[in-house]
Amino acid sequence: MIKLVHISRTFTVGDELVHGLDDISLQLNDGDYVSIMGPSGSGKSTLLNALGLLDQPDSGKYYLNGDDVTQLSELEQARVRREKVGFVFQTFHLIPRLTAAENVALPLTLAGVDHEERDQRVHDVLASLSMTDRSHHRPDQLSGGQRQRVAIARAVVTNPVLLLADEPTGNLDHASGIEVINILEGLNQRGITLLLVTHDTELGKRADRIIRMVDGKVIDAKESA
Amino acid sequence: MRLNDIVQFALHAMQGYRTRTVLMLLAMAIGVASVVLLTSLGEGARIYVSQQFSSLGTNLLIILPGRSETTGGAPPMMGETPRDLTLQDVIAMQKSRYVRQLAPIVVGAAPVSHRQLEREVMILGSTASMLDVRQLNMSRGQFLPESDMTRAASVCVLGYTLYKELFRGQSALGEWVRVSDYRCRVIGVLEEKGMSLGMDMGDVLVIPVASAQSLFNTESVFRVLIEARSVEVMERAQRDITNIIRTRHDGEDDITVLSQDALLSTFDRILSALTYSLGGIATISLLVAGIMIMNVMLVAVAQRTVEIGLLKALGAPRKLILLLFLTESAFLSMLGALLGLIIGFSGNWVLQQYFPDFPFQAPSWALWAAVTVALGCGLLFGLLPARHAADLDPVQSLSGR
Repeated sequence: MIKLVHISRTFTVGDELVHGLDDISLQLNDGDYVSIMGPSGSGKSTLLNALGLLDQPDSGKYYLNGDDVTQLSELEQARVRREKVGFVFQTFHLIPRLTAAENVALPLTLAGVDHEERDQRVHDVLASLSMTDRSHHRPDQLSGGQRQRVAIARAVVTNPVLLLADEPTGNLDHASGIEVINILEGLNQRGITLLLVTHDTELGKRADRIIRMVDGKVIDAKESA
Repeated sequence: MRLNDIVQFALHAMQGYRTRTVLMLLAMAIGVASVVLLTSLGEGARIYVSQQFSSLGTNLLIILPGRSETTGGAPPMMGETPRDLTLQDVIAMQKSRYVRQLAPIVVGAAPVSHRQLEREVMILGSTASMLDVRQLNMSRGQFLPESDMTRAASVCVLGYTLYKELFRGQSALGEWVRVSDYRCRVIGVLEEKGMSLGMDMGDVLVIPVASAQSLFNTESVFRVLIEARSVEVMERAQRDITNIIRTRHDGEDDITVLSQDALLSTFDRILSALTYSLGGIATISLLVAGIMIMNVMLVAVAQRTVEIGLLKALGAPRKLILLLFLTESAFLSMLGALLGLIIGFSGNWVLQQYFPDFPFQAPSWALWAAVTVALGCGLLFGLLPARHAADLDPVQSLSGR
């Protein structure tokens, strides 16, 4: 279960103080499928970064499975990210010099998982995304949709409880976008909590719950129709 | 993260940015190769000089006319004296019970000709003892005969190069050669020896010392090489000779007696200092290479900002990022040092082919120092970029800022 209590985050842009997150409180249950929508600069990505422990809020509490993770050290937060959170980015962020399999293996490598187990898990996750035949290709040898599938494989290879997807279809054509969303929804159906940041209203509506944000505030958080 | 994965990650990164890697390896390799080559030159000079002196035997004394002042530094090439050292002095020295044998030397240059061929060479006037004292060997014939050193004789011994140039492979024994206005009969040819104490022993003509004095119109002797009876009596021989000359020269101490050990240790000190200086100069190029590594690694961090952000998002803590970048610097330094050693030793090998008599040999301390400084530079100068990478904000990094 994820619980945010009065989370705030401000940034200084020039002389101006900008509220990235303004007193956000919300609760997500295990296995939820939530889309976060709102205009540019509304705080969607800031919320996602805070949930992924990439950014530290100025105030408030963040409970992940009952633990206040805002109080953890840098090292412990890194461990939480490694073990419990998966990220899917709009621009994939695959390392160009590594093959698809090596990119997918990266979180396991960082976690110190031994070679044999790593290979097995990478093989399994690539197989589940029908990417086995592309496992030795480098990112520049893959299509956009295939790159995003590799990025999803990398995000879920550690069996995280929370999957954070920031505009995952933003760089893809419609067909590939739908394919990627189907994959993410499939993962959610297997129990992963999925948070999807999107501008696309149609995609956003597919979530069980939509959170709308404006100027760092949650203005609406309701069940999808 | 496992150690082999850290190593593999660093190697992958080095392969991924080949131009950068090659430049950094070259910078470090040139630094290490400089250390190897320059210290080889210094150490080679030291070994060469030591070998030259050692080849003369350990119980050798060299007598120079004139007294050297105790101003430090190397012994004087020419003594300063109002009184020359003469053959009578040499005969007196020969009477010392600590002297096994001695060889007076008179040196000059003169044209030596045989039929139409002429060559300007060094003329060495000495005695039969010179063969043993200078540890020379004969190629053919015999050396100067044992006789009264004050008696001039029209005989000579050719150095090997001089023999080849004047006689072109024909037999020289019994032939007459002309030295300026004098003539002498060839009685022997020295074995090919090369340089000895800075003198090309192939390009000399050896004649009796009295003949040389007559040829160069001088009464004095340039040097006297004395072989003491043993290493143990060296000091006593030195004192005895000084006393003999003092008595003969009206109570004046107007000769300089050099022992081989003293000469050797002076040259050893000078040439060791030279080696250290050369090593120090070459180390500067290692530091420059280190600074280059720092600059290039800083550029690499800038190029790989997104990658660093991604690693943090995937759960890499600050320390691990630091370690990954430091490992990369360390590898670049180590491989650069290895490449530098290969280049340095190859350079030594090439130089050795051109100068076979000169021992190009880097001292072991220089090798360790070069590799250690290279690795130290890599780690030290890699630390700043690595810390820069480790401190990057993941959100900013992922957005490429």
